[in-house]
Amino acid sequence: MNDAIVSLEGVDKRFASGLLALSGASLQVAPGEFVTLIGPSGCGKSTVLRLAAGLDVPSAGRIDAPALASEAAQTAFVFQEPTLMPWASVFDNVWLPLRLAGASRSAARARIEAVLAAVGLGEFAAAFPNELSGGMKMRVSIARALVTRPQLLLMDEPFAALDEFTRQKLNSDLLEAWQAQSLAVMFVTHSIYEAVFLSQRVLVMSGRPGRVVAEVAIDAPYPRPPSFRTSAAYLQACAALTQALETSHAPAA
Amino acid sequence: MKRRALPLLTLLALLLGWEALVRIAQIPHYTLPAPSLVLQTLAANFGSLAGSWWFTLKITFGALALACAGGVLIASVFALSRTAEAALFPIAVVLQVTPIVAIAPLILIYVESTTAALLLCAWIVAFFPILSNTVIGLRAADPNLRDLYRLYRATPWQRLRLLLVPSALPYFVAGLKVSGGLSLIGAVTAEMVAGAAGRETGLASRILEASFRTETPKMFAALLLLVLTGVLIFWSFEALSRALLGRWHASEQRD
Repeated sequence: MNDAIVSLEGVDKRFASGLLALSGASLQVAPGEFVTLIGPSGCGKSTVLRLAAGLDVPSAGRIDAPALASEAAQTAFVFQEPTLMPWASVFDNVWLPLRLAGASRSAARARIEAVLAAVGLGEFAAAFPNELSGGMKMRVSIARALVTRPQLLLMDEPFAALDEFTRQKLNSDLLEAWQAQSLAVMFVTHSIYEAVFLSQRVLVMSGRPGRVVAEVAIDAPYPRPPSFRTSAAYLQACAALTQALETSHAPAA
Repeated sequence: MKRRALPLLTLLALLLGWEALVRIAQIPHYTLPAPSLVLQTLAANFGSLAGSWWFTLKITFGALALACAGGVLIASVFALSRTAEAALFPIAVVLQVTPIVAIAPLILIYVESTTAALLLCAWIVAFFPILSNTVIGLRAADPNLRDLYRLYRATPWQRLRLLLVPSALPYFVAGLKVSGGLSLIGAVTAEMVAGAAGRETGLASRILEASFRTETPKMFAALLLLVLTGVLIFWSFEALSRALLGRWHASEQRD
């Protein structure tokens, strides 16, 4: 897969503390693909995202990603916390990536309003983050990520802190946004069900030091309505992924 | 309503009690003047006290302005360089822990202009809370937001203006509230040490002067002006804090 948007080949990451987070991690993500990384806590899933964003450098191996190649912001990051600026309105928070690239408020207005409407927050542009619920804050965070129309969206357990109902709604909305743009998503989660609902491919990571040990393709077509969660294909994929996780994390005999 | 009325009523009751005590026990005014006499004295001497009040205000706000400028400037240097902080922070601590009354006489010897010496004394007292709070504030920015600014290739200037300054603001304002009161205390303490020397004198010199002449009501009148100044400084910084942080910071949220 030479046209991959993100590619890791034999990547090691050792932190200053001596902790070896990744060892020989290899993976590829194609443009426009939705890929999920799943694995136990501390297996280096977040480290993979940080490397792909250029926020950390690998200790060994080779990485290709838009954040390392181009000057323009082709990469967006959504953290587990909404990570909004509490002193700025919703509008100004979403303006941030464009503002840092030199776009004035009036030049950015149309795009900001469009992306806020797309995440269902059209009427909350003037609100401050502390006036919003957890789910709404996460929507703002996603709007901020989408406003630059990036090629690559990195999401680090973005919905882990939300209640199940909000989480399922945001999963559907995320898929909608992904389909509307030509966007590759690398999504990190602990949840098998979330991974299956969202992804085209799920990569299973080993425990620390992490690397990709298995891959499960989810062939179900998009759009995937909420009823997909009760379909036979969904349950089959969940079972396949559960088994892949169990096989790769079986205690050494 | 209750929040405002309660302290006012308490204060009024205390004043009435004081007035009654002085009248009933027939305490001589050179020992303890009644509040009514203090007010009369203030009115009668306002012309001469106002000049001294103005002088003390100049020292207080001059020192506070310099404390803001100096505190923020030094904090920025510390935030940029851990080495500079390691080298200079102990000196700031030494300045902070040395009682100002103990070093004021030395400063008055070394600094020719009394006004400059008084400013320096008040500055030494006032700058530390702003410095230490701003240093913490400049480091308090959310690490994920820092990463986001890096990801979007923010320039150092954008990072400072849009991320570090707003993150530091609540800490700076908290320091300012402490320093506002301290600069008044510093100004008055330094004036006390400097005594009534020099042509321009502040309220502290007037208190000293009145005490030499056992003009106790006048001492209270000058004291009243100092208390009013302190309360005004406190209130104005509370209002500033609400205006800057009211919409978003937890310290100003009411339920």
